[in-house]
Amino acid sequence: MTVSWQTIADAVSLGGIYALMAVGIGLVFGVLRLVNFAYGQLIMSGAFALALAAQWNWPVWAGILLCFAVVLALSMLMDRLVFRPLREQSPAVMLVATFAVAFLLQSIALLWFGALGKIASSVAELNTPWVIGGVDIRKISVVAVAVTIACLAALQLLLTRMSVGLHMRAAALDFATSRMLGVRANRVIGSAVLVSGFLAAVVAVLLTVQFPLVTPSFALRDTIVVLAGVVLGGLNRPIAATLGGFTIGFASGFLGGALPTNQSQYLDSFLFAAVILVLLVRPNGLFTRHGGTAQRL
Amino acid sequence: MTLVLRDVRVRYGAVDAVRGLSLEVKPGEIVGLIGPNGAGKSSTLHAIMGAVPVAGGEISLNGSSLRGRRSEDVARAGVALVPEGRRIFAELTVEENLRLGLAARRTPGGVEEAFELFPIVREFRDRQAGALSGGQQQQLAIARALVAKPDVLLLDEPSLGLAPRIVDVVFDALAAVRERGIAVLLVEQRAQRTVALADRSHVLANGELRLTLGPGDANDTEKLVAAYFA
Repeated sequence: MTVSWQTIADAVSLGGIYALMAVGIGLVFGVLRLVNFAYGQLIMSGAFALALAAQWNWPVWAGILLCFAVVLALSMLMDRLVFRPLREQSPAVMLVATFAVAFLLQSIALLWFGALGKIASSVAELNTPWVIGGVDIRKISVVAVAVTIACLAALQLLLTRMSVGLHMRAAALDFATSRMLGVRANRVIGSAVLVSGFLAAVVAVLLTVQFPLVTPSFALRDTIVVLAGVVLGGLNRPIAATLGGFTIGFASGFLGGALPTNQSQYLDSFLFAAVILVLLVRPNGLFTRHGGTAQRL
Repeated sequence: MTLVLRDVRVRYGAVDAVRGLSLEVKPGEIVGLIGPNGAGKSSTLHAIMGAVPVAGGEISLNGSSLRGRRSEDVARAGVALVPEGRRIFAELTVEENLRLGLAARRTPGGVEEAFELFPIVREFRDRQAGALSGGQQQQLAIARALVAKPDVLLLDEPSLGLAPRIVDVVFDALAAVRERGIAVLLVEQRAQRTVALADRSHVLANGELRLTLGPGDANDTEKLVAAYFA
């Protein structure tokens, strides 16, 4: 097994991207107690928007704008057409509904773009290396980490300094009491879904740089790995979930780069075996304090 | 603003929790709601807040119906609840808990006014709310409700589990709240204390209003006991 600086840089950048996905999934879980399995398809939709923009020879900024518009519009539609009408239903109904949305979006992508997919090449320039201290590091590795840090810092400001952020945190802790204090359920859930969608769009841009071939199953594997990471960290704690996402992203990137080519097909087996082992030892998550469970609705 | 309940009924499945309750709370009044466990006191407050569906009757605030409205809309109409068990957000700071009270406030303002009645809340404003004692948490819960500048304040057993000294602080604060012209509906287990403080107190049993007592009845132990076991 050989480890290069590029491998470590890739692992850190994938860790950052997965941390953003974990935050996106965790925010919606916080206010709705719902694991949104359609999150990967939101990212896939954004990636197809980037691919279409590249095909139409749109400038990079216009492609990114289209990506954000598509993902945010789909997020809002998902909230209005699925989450809101089913909010009073059991968690199982909500869960199955997100599966249905995931398959629906994937099938639409299959019909529109075919199984072979499209190339999103508009920001491929970020795949070229920077030479830092005599070591080649791909620009996207640095950009992904910088964007992750900026997004997490902005999110922290939103959650701690703005009233809508405070309402989101309170709703995640005790939704019924929050509502009795005047916190608007629709506004809080809508905000969480929108922020989650914004992060999905950011991830779509970053992932298409690393994996420019966009197919209907784009980001599906990543979402499953991140969900495992979120559970690994602690689903009901945003910071723990973020750390879980980063950890599994780093491990995935590191093993992916370090394993010999003839063993790389075992990457996911190693990852999920490690997740099971960790959860056997710490069933409440790797990063939750005292191993206690958080208050649920 | 006057809170009026007319023939209100609350049902949980086949069980009637509140049966045809009528009462009125005017600005600057404290109305007590006392009775044994399971009498329907908390269900009445939850029905007013829109947290449980009302099976019949009418709930109105200054003539405007609250029935069928969502909890957040009831709060924004001017009704604040101090829930049983305080329900403060233990992981948030004291100040953040107070800021949540602003969600229902209809006029501009901050959290500072809450400190007049409860100076202890100011002292611990940067501390995690979960680190406060039970009595301090109760004061925080009432302060949080008052930050919303409500017309009506509902309290669900605010003295539960508190030391006698803190119970005095809470009851003194309620008297001060009345002076501000706020209508107060107080659910309590401390019957004698409540009857003495309130302008009138309704005794509930098995979901029905059995008796109405005035402050003069506070020391009539026989009457109180008879009302509870009627």
